[in-house]
Amino acid sequence: MTIGQAKRSWSARFVVLIPYVWLLALFLAPFAIVAKISLSQTALAQPPYQPLLDLAAGWHGLKDFAAHLSFDNYAMLGSDWLYWLSYLKSLQVAAISTIILLIIGYPMAYGMARASRRLQPMLVMLVVLPFWTSFLIRVYAWINILQHDGLLNEALLRLYLIDAPVAWLASDTAIYIGVVYSYLPFMVLPLYATLEKMDHTLLEAAADLGCPRWKSFWRVTVPLSLPGVAAGALLCFIPICGEFVIPDLLGGSETLMIGQTLWTEFFSNRDWPVASAIAVALLGLLLVPIVFYERLQQRAIEGTR
Amino acid sequence: MAGGAADKPVLVRFDGVVKRFGVVTAVDRVTLDIAQGEFFALLGPSGCGKTTLLRMLAGFETPSEGEILISGHEISAVPPHKRPVNMMFQSYALFPHLTVEGNIGFGLRQEKVGRAEIAVRVEDMLALVRLKGYGKRRIDQLSGGQRQRVALARALIKKPRVLLLDEPLAALDKKLRAETQFELMELQRKLGTTFVIVTHDQEEAMIVADRIAVMDQGRLAQVGKPSEIYERPNSRWIADFIGEVSLIEGTVSQTDTIATALGPLLIEESAAKAGDKVCLALRPEKIRLSEQRPAGLEINALAGTVHEIGYRGDISLYKVRLADRSLMKVALANIGGPPPFAVNDVVWLSWAPTAGVVLTR
Amino acid sequence: MRRGPSLFNVTAVALGLAFLYLPIAVLVIYSFNASRLVTIWGGWSLHWYRALMQDTAMVQAAWQSLRIAALSATAATVLGTLSAVALTRYGAFRGRLLFSGMVYAPLVMPEVITGLSLLLLFVALGIDRGFWTVAAAHTTLTMCFVTVIVHSRLVGFDRGLEEAAMDLGCPPLRTFLTITLPLIAPAIAAGWMLAFALSLDDLVIASFTTGPGATTLPIRIYSEVRLGVKPEVNAICTIMIAIVAFGTIVSSLLAKRGAVRREREAALGAAV
Repeated sequence: MTIGQAKRSWSARFVVLIPYVWLLALFLAPFAIVAKISLSQTALAQPPYQPLLDLAAGWHGLKDFAAHLSFDNYAMLGSDWLYWLSYLKSLQVAAISTIILLIIGYPMAYGMARASRRLQPMLVMLVVLPFWTSFLIRVYAWINILQHDGLLNEALLRLYLIDAPVAWLASDTAIYIGVVYSYLPFMVLPLYATLEKMDHTLLEAAADLGCPRWKSFWRVTVPLSLPGVAAGALLCFIPICGEFVIPDLLGGSETLMIGQTLWTEFFSNRDWPVASAIAVALLGLLLVPIVFYERLQQRAIEGTR
Repeated sequence: MAGGAADKPVLVRFDGVVKRFGVVTAVDRVTLDIAQGEFFALLGPSGCGKTTLLRMLAGFETPSEGEILISGHEISAVPPHKRPVNMMFQSYALFPHLTVEGNIGFGLRQEKVGRAEIAVRVEDMLALVRLKGYGKRRIDQLSGGQRQRVALARALIKKPRVLLLDEPLAALDKKLRAETQFELMELQRKLGTTFVIVTHDQEEAMIVADRIAVMDQGRLAQVGKPSEIYERPNSRWIADFIGEVSLIEGTVSQTDTIATALGPLLIEESAAKAGDKVCLALRPEKIRLSEQRPAGLEINALAGTVHEIGYRGDISLYKVRLADRSLMKVALANIGGPPPFAVNDVVWLSWAPTAGVVLTR
Repeated sequence: MRRGPSLFNVTAVALGLAFLYLPIAVLVIYSFNASRLVTIWGGWSLHWYRALMQDTAMVQAAWQSLRIAALSATAATVLGTLSAVALTRYGAFRGRLLFSGMVYAPLVMPEVITGLSLLLLFVALGIDRGFWTVAAAHTTLTMCFVTVIVHSRLVGFDRGLEEAAMDLGCPPLRTFLTITLPLIAPAIAAGWMLAFALSLDDLVIASFTTGPGATTLPIRIYSEVRLGVKPEVNAICTIMIAIVAFGTIVSSLLAKRGAVRREREAALGAAV
């Protein structure tokens, strides 16, 4: 930025300030409140937790408030196996789904990048289009297929592949199907973006230097697409960890993912402090991948400058 | 810096201008006058600070130190849209969502000039740049040369005090570039507007400009008429940067002689004192090449063998290996057909004492 | 020479697309099923669409969602565009790192966390939850998507165009309005559409931040779906898919027609 550098005009300040203040108020400040409530106790009141911060009482009120904060909720999270299992389940689902997504998404993105130039915008639109239709609808669509008397069982029975209907719904398999289905565009698009940008002459250079096709794929294409792989994997892994809708509609009731546990604590048990503690713990868990993702974004921006 | 701004009044003055980007000093204490009606070129290798200097004049960069004056008024605080200068961008920066007319008339619309007057003046500009009938075209319907002329017309329509041209011909192919150089000169003579052009192409600068400022690493290396810079470079760097040159190191022994590894060489009388370490710069076209030792010359005649011949059609550039293993460049016009000498031929080089320039820097 | 796609490439893309579209196709087809049972095909019928029209709760929720989506998409477009301009144009300003962090974090932040934190904010401030809180929450969620889209357009934008305008006497603000804005308008429009679609789609954040009387369509559908497949839900889903498909196809056709026209004119221009 050089124009108007001498005096950064009021309009420039304005441009930065408006979204900045909005994000501070509606994105960052709420996290502080979550953190604070996670240190509070449940109470039969409205709002259902205490202590409440009484700023009118001044310093004394603040000290009183601080004295009542406790790590009991986190201690409970740590001691109850239910929560541990819930976390592990989330990580497991997110990790396995991300791997499946890569296995399905990479060949797809690669194929798209190799398609003719005229066809490519069309293919991208076809991948993006489901992303524009409701997430909820897309998960719901699978209930039609996976339920007890659904189309999948019907088809398999007709083909004599199974003797009796299989309970697809309310199982981990259904969760995986739903997650992979919903997140496929998030994996394919960043991969496609890097593969499409790749300089084709690099492969010709590799061939010219005596590298066979399959080897140049592994030695040139794959290493160069790693930023796309990382972006796609993080773009899927992080939100999947906190996923609620998919496991709730398609999964079983024995082990809940952490998003469901949070939801249950909040809506069913009305235990806001514990729900907040879960949110903080989940955020802590995801902090490393989120920071990594941000770094990646930043580098992508600098790179395009 | 004098360099012969001569009789015309000064229009643009850079006074001790410094521009730093973080730790990098892009422009370093530049003091320079540009006269009214001059065609002035800023020449230098990429990254020498010439574009930064131009952008400071346009107002896109602010000097870290020093002053820039137009007609005696300090303009550092004036924002770009209020400066009496207009710029032709290297990328042309034509607005893709406007027509040719829309682009050319853009500057006048900012001044709330009447619609009818804008139409008239746009037509005049179209005629001036030989684009009559193209007014309704869109930018992506034009060829590279046509775009270049639209960009020129757009920058000229406001009758700027100074027209800034940032590598205006870089995107054109060689033939078109040569034609356009002459068109630019003609246009400048016709309008009498002060032109400041930034270029990395020394040939272009020498052809179009009245005066050239050669820049190196943010500093002015030399300012002067093209012939002065070519014939009288003030440093080894300039001599080497502009055109072809052979440099011979030596020590001044008398006011008109230097001692070199090739023996004593006669020079034009210079200010250099005996004992000074100097360098003799010789342009290739100023050296004669002959089969035999030129008669009557005791000094400034050296024998060597032809090492390489670069045939360029109009001339041939010979590299001749001398007794001390150094190479000397000699240009020979191919008047009588193909080069008369072959590689490994023994030849004699000779030149007049006035042919060389003694460089102390 | 660029080699064309191999059989493997074609198969991978075809299977992937089939996987993406098959469930949607099934859903659409069964919304026209005369029978209530999923497995039994009872012939084509518009029965469930008629039933849907009589479901006032559903229709009301849809109206509510559309209003929230329109409002939040508009606000998000303004905020997101400002953020994109700030990120591309104002180099290093104080707190830039935090700012870009906050802009990009909502992209990957699990919705349960965003939803919970916004709810707790509204409770702490004593704001009544309803239409406005959902709209504000959706604005926060979707503005980052707008930022990403507009930012990528601004990064590829030739700064020379703005400098040229200013050089010709156009003040900075007018330069933005007459040069920059028209040229990044397609990206802004795309950002608005995406924000609209995301708001229309969101269940989790809306569930946290909504209040009595502000049931959105996804919340309504969710409560129906939890009880199993309902043909009426198939019908409303089909309507939503049709709207999205229509919007996308029309906008891409418009873009394409513009491109074709430009190409033809360019060819014409080169020929003359």
